[in-house]
Amino acid sequence: MSLPVSRVALVAVTALAFVTNVGARAQDSAGGSSSVKVADEGRQVYEQICQACHMADAKGGAGAGANIPALANNPKLADKDYPLTLLLRGRGGMPWFTDMLSPEQMAAVATYVRSHFNNYPDPVSVEDVKRVGAARPGPVPDCTTCN
Amino acid sequence: MTDSMSPQTRRELLSMIGKMGGGVALYQAMTALGHAAETQFTGPPQLSGAKPGASVVVLGAGLAGMLAAYELAKAGYQVTLLEYQDRPGGRNYSVRGGDKVVEVGGTTQTCEFSEGNYLNPGPWRIPHHHRTLLHYCKSFGVELEPFIQMNHNVFVHRTDAFGGKPQRYKELAVDFKGHVSELLSKSLNAGALDDKVSKEDKEKLLEAMRDWGVLDKDLAYTSSLKVSGQRGYDQAPGGGVNGAPTPSKVNALSDVLASNVWTQMGFYFNYVMQTTMFQPKGGMDMIGKGFAKQVGKLIRYNTKVTKIAQGGKGVTVSWQDLKSGQVGETKADWCVCTIPLPVLSQLDVQVGPKMQAAIRAVPYNGQLKIGVEMRRRFWEENYSIYGGHSFTDQAIGLISYPNNNFFKDDSAVLVGAFANGAGALQLTGMTPEQRIEAALAQGSVFHPAEYRKEFMNGVSFAWSRQPWILGCTSRWTEESRAAHYQNLVALDGRVVLAGEHATYYGGWMEGSLLSALDAIKRVHQKALAA
Ligand SMILES: Cc1cc2nc3c(=O)[nH]c(=O)nc-3n(C[C@H](O)[C@H](O)[C@H](O)COP(=O)(O)OP(=O)(O)OC[C@H]3O[C@@H](n4cnc5c(N)ncnc54)[C@H](O)[C@@H]3O)c2cc1C
Ligand code: HEC
Repeated sequence: MSLPVSRVALVAVTALAFVTNVGARAQDSAGGSSSVKVADEGRQVYEQICQACHMADAKGGAGAGANIPALANNPKLADKDYPLTLLLRGRGGMPWFTDMLSPEQMAAVATYVRSHFNNYPDPVSVEDVKRVGAARPGPVPDCTTCN
Repeated sequence: MTDSMSPQTRRELLSMIGKMGGGVALYQAMTALGHAAETQFTGPPQLSGAKPGASVVVLGAGLAGMLAAYELAKAGYQVTLLEYQDRPGGRNYSVRGGDKVVEVGGTTQTCEFSEGNYLNPGPWRIPHHHRTLLHYCKSFGVELEPFIQMNHNVFVHRTDAFGGKPQRYKELAVDFKGHVSELLSKSLNAGALDDKVSKEDKEKLLEAMRDWGVLDKDLAYTSSLKVSGQRGYDQAPGGGVNGAPTPSKVNALSDVLASNVWTQMGFYFNYVMQTTMFQPKGGMDMIGKGFAKQVGKLIRYNTKVTKIAQGGKGVTVSWQDLKSGQVGETKADWCVCTIPLPVLSQLDVQVGPKMQAAIRAVPYNGQLKIGVEMRRRFWEENYSIYGGHSFTDQAIGLISYPNNNFFKDDSAVLVGAFANGAGALQLTGMTPEQRIEAALAQGSVFHPAEYRKEFMNGVSFAWSRQPWILGCTSRWTEESRAAHYQNLVALDGRVVLAGEHATYYGGWMEGSLLSALDAIKRVHQKALAA
């Protein structure tokens, strides 16, 4: 019985408050604040943000057993609430965008993705974003210097 | 053993207390000696006595996986490590001349750096209090050298301040301090704070502001030789006939405020950003290589894990060999999985619904770095900048100067971007050529005469497009911590998760190591009890 596991756990509890206050605030980051702005138009939001992962042709790509799904020809986008739910809450490797995009920008990019890469021409509105967002408030990152 | 009862050094005393009283006694003693609050590391785990034949399969040969494998093998387990890439280290990596950077989507760059030059695309700096990492670096013979974190002579650039002209950090920081001191003095003297501070404290504060802010006799922050002694001179002191210095002119308050320099001043105050900081000599991947020297023979490379199944008797991990296409299985009694969550969340993992939900609840940041190779060290020769970072509010975030080989005549690599947030995604969405062009255009604000002229080649590393992680570091929220953290780290049958996502010290190698140590202690305890 060389292993004082319960005691190690106790030590962890003692130091926890300290780590949440200080350590968790600061992941590695450049330092300083950014003035980078995202454009308002749907296509530009796609090119400046979504394209990083979903690719310029919206066909996504494959990784180590993980995929970035295609947004082009994606029947799940028939439901306009579906992309909005992902933009508001994130899921798996898909981050939420509540801290990067305004409701207007979310509506614009959802409209663009549904109409340009798919055949769902009816626009997504800011009211749609607010309706889906009202169901549950978006997450708040616990780290202010990591992003 | 009478010897062990009379410790010669503080260290011996601590290890003696550790043996006699266990973790809590050791922790209390260390606190009393003044150096424990900075870490949860209480020394390498003393695991021993694995049951004969007991086995563990470790998934992922990053630092967490390799440390788990190392300590478990030492305790007597039969250990196998399965790794997707053809190298050890995971995020602990350096890009060198000849290396290929392949992204999801197929975009491939071949790095063209000269011999000896490198970019650390992920981890690059190690705080002095990351004792777990420092301990294993020392044990495994990984040599560390200083990382120049703080440099007063670097530039701060903000597009809307000073007409877009970068200013030296020392000038802005000294001016900020001076103006704030003047204003506080004025409010104190106007009696505006009389209901907040005692008469004695008011006096002390006035004295402090005069000293600290380098205020003149009227408690104003004005240009003077004394102030220049901090922010630099117009003509620096010299020798002989023309030796007398002339003062520099302080900036007006509103200009200083426009620069946002307090964000850099605050950055340096961060616990994890405080000096002294270190980097491995020869590239960050020296750490991964140092670990691999210990456990390399246990690693099966080019092995893509596709499924983790478990039952009452053991764990079965399915995989595919990326070279031959061959599929196979590895069976073991226990599994320590360090696969990053964006990947793990899409694998077939047989764990309970709570851990499943936790695995899908944590997206990652998508940072991006760019390395640019320059013909000569113009930042040293023309600007007296030796290491450190010049900051900008443009997408690139900063440029960072090399911490080693000062004064050499050869080429050198600058970090030409450390982008995050929207800026990182904008750069990631570009082609590699466009990224380099953006880095040159934005970085030129600091060194307009030299930046493009001395540029040789560049390489970009977009974390969101690395196939084995699809991101950079985990992004927890207070909400997701409360709802999912304990479910993520709890032992689920015979499977435990470890790594950068399974710690309150996310985004740091230290956290990955602490998480691995905690995970294997719990596996070992359960294995002994089973
Ligand atoms: C941009 C950036 C900057 C950072 N800066 C710092 C810093 O300055 N200092 C610091 O201390 N830390 C820093 N970090 C954090 C540090 O890199 C990590 O905490 C640490 O390296 C993670 O180690 P790990 O073992 O937990 O995960 P990883 O190193 O990611 O290891 C996971 C392994 O799993 C493998 N894998 C993935 N999928 C599969 C599969 N299907 N089958 C088999 N294997 C698979 C991967 O190839 C990888 O080798 C930074 C990270 C980034 C991205
Ligand atoms: C950092 C990478 C990243 C960025 C940036 C990103 N996504 Fe995603 N996205 C993903 C991943 C990974 C998934 C798969 C999530 C999962 O595992 O469930 C995804 C899934 C989705 C889905 C669901 C697709 C399906 O078939 O279920 C939609 C819709 C989506 N993203 C839209 C967007 C839009 C619109 C943007 C731009 C505003 C965007 N994404 C930006 C990574 C990203």
